[in-house]
Amino acid sequence: MNKSETRDKAILKTVKFEVLRYNPAGNESPHLENYSVPVTKGMTVLDGLNWIKEHLDSTLSWRSSCRMGICGSCGMFINGLPRLACNNQIVHLHSDRVVIKPLPNYDIIRDLVPDLEGLFEKHRSVKPHLIRKDTAEQDSPTGEFFQSEQELLNYIQFAYCIKCGLCMAACPTVATSEEYIGPQPLTAGWRYLSDTRDEGAEQRQDVLYSSHGVYRCHFAGACSQVCPKGVDPALAIQMAKRDAFMKGFGRGKKRSGSSVIPPIQDWTPRGDIPDAPAKTVPQKSE
Amino acid sequence: MRESRLWFWHILSAVVILVLLGVHMGTMHLGELLHRIGIGTGDPVDSSQVFERSRQAVYMVTYILLLGTGLFHGMYGLRSMFFELSLSKSLEKTIGGVLAVAGVGLFLYGSYVAVVVFQTSGV
Amino acid sequence: MQQRLKNRLGLWGWLGGGRYGLDRYAYSLHRLTGLGILAYFIMHIFVTGQRVGGPENWDSTMAAFGSPLFKVGEFLVVLAFAFHAINGIRLILVELGWLIGKPGVPSFPYSYSTLRHKPVFIIFMVFAAALMIIGGVDFYFVMK
Repeated sequence: MNKSETRDKAILKTVKFEVLRYNPAGNESPHLENYSVPVTKGMTVLDGLNWIKEHLDSTLSWRSSCRMGICGSCGMFINGLPRLACNNQIVHLHSDRVVIKPLPNYDIIRDLVPDLEGLFEKHRSVKPHLIRKDTAEQDSPTGEFFQSEQELLNYIQFAYCIKCGLCMAACPTVATSEEYIGPQPLTAGWRYLSDTRDEGAEQRQDVLYSSHGVYRCHFAGACSQVCPKGVDPALAIQMAKRDAFMKGFGRGKKRSGSSVIPPIQDWTPRGDIPDAPAKTVPQKSE
Repeated sequence: MRESRLWFWHILSAVVILVLLGVHMGTMHLGELLHRIGIGTGDPVDSSQVFERSRQAVYMVTYILLLGTGLFHGMYGLRSMFFELSLSKSLEKTIGGVLAVAGVGLFLYGSYVAVVVFQTSGV
Repeated sequence: MQQRLKNRLGLWGWLGGGRYGLDRYAYSLHRLTGLGILAYFIMHIFVTGQRVGGPENWDSTMAAFGSPLFKVGEFLVVLAFAFHAINGIRLILVELGWLIGKPGVPSFPYSYSTLRHKPVFIIFMVFAAALMIIGGVDFYFVMK
């Protein structure tokens, strides 16, 4: 072990983790349980939970996978805000107390595991996929659907969503309404509604602009504040509202399925591109 | 797209209210202030002032317009809150209906007052 | 199926801003002031309806509402109006997609609508506060 490694392993401080425990099979009511966790450099909240599971209490349950802010599994209510456990270092919380509860506005399955099924159901309801009238072309494409760079920039931010559900936990309307579609699904809906390649507006807007759709958003802004990927659901919802409002004046943007561009036929490769190296693994057909 | 239409009018009514209620609050609350610097006409809720305004057609029309837009804006806002409470579909429908009837009722009553006072104090 | 524990925040979600941003508090206040103004407005319709009974009836109604309790209530309505109106202008602009920026490619540290909107928010709140102060001066020092 060299010098820098020992320094990284040094314990910076000991932090009190207060974790909500709930066991549906047990007799205990939900309660906060305390654990002392030694914090080393770069240690995330998720690392802290893993440390507890390893050293103190193997029954502690939560959901996590990639531990690098990609999969969106480890959403938790950490020190008063919905956050990803893997995305937040303990020292950056600037507190000797780390209070961890499951995400609000979802049913709790056990300990820190929320039931996200409702979110996924609503996500499905906005049909989050490209809808084209010519399904034959979509299934066996003869070319690509045209889209300019600016048209892509109009929605690409909303396509970065990882479905962690933090926005739904932060939203005040979701806090009281079971029917409200919610920031994540509405953003997904707008992402496809504003996609110039899409032709499914009629199917989608009945959900988006229903009495439990975009108009139940009042720009409290909490969803955008907590989003770990900078997706900005509040912006998407306001853009959806603006679009409908402008349609009221007959000035909504018309977006219909963009044309199919066939692949370029007559092209010659640049001469200075080297050949691919020989294959090292035999191919099936060979 | 019924909701879109309702919300469209919610926003437009807000703009109308901003203008009319701005004037309303200006004359009613800043009336005395304006009077002191020589533009206003005195205590705006004094009965002579009240009935002086009531018999002007401009006031009658703007009263009714402000009444209508204000009621729509308020009732839609209240309906919004009810629609965020996880109520059953039938209860939501009932509440929507009750609020609509209440709004129309208040509008008819307020308009009746404005018209009657306009006519009686006009002669 | 095993028992799920309900964890919806309920009305606390409307009122408890917690560690969320300023917009969240403005949202709660907008709701509260809206309800207050609507209650006052309905009362106001009936009170001003007393004009039908003629000037004497009007004067006696006004006298009945002259007590300090009603004065304070009325002043609260002025404050609520000032906030709801100025915040309402802001909300109209925001909900129609102005003053919150445009979508782009997110890159860390992320820029998002409410963050970009913050300076505008503060300017509007200063206006609301100024309107409240003018209302207060008028209410307690100028009006009879």
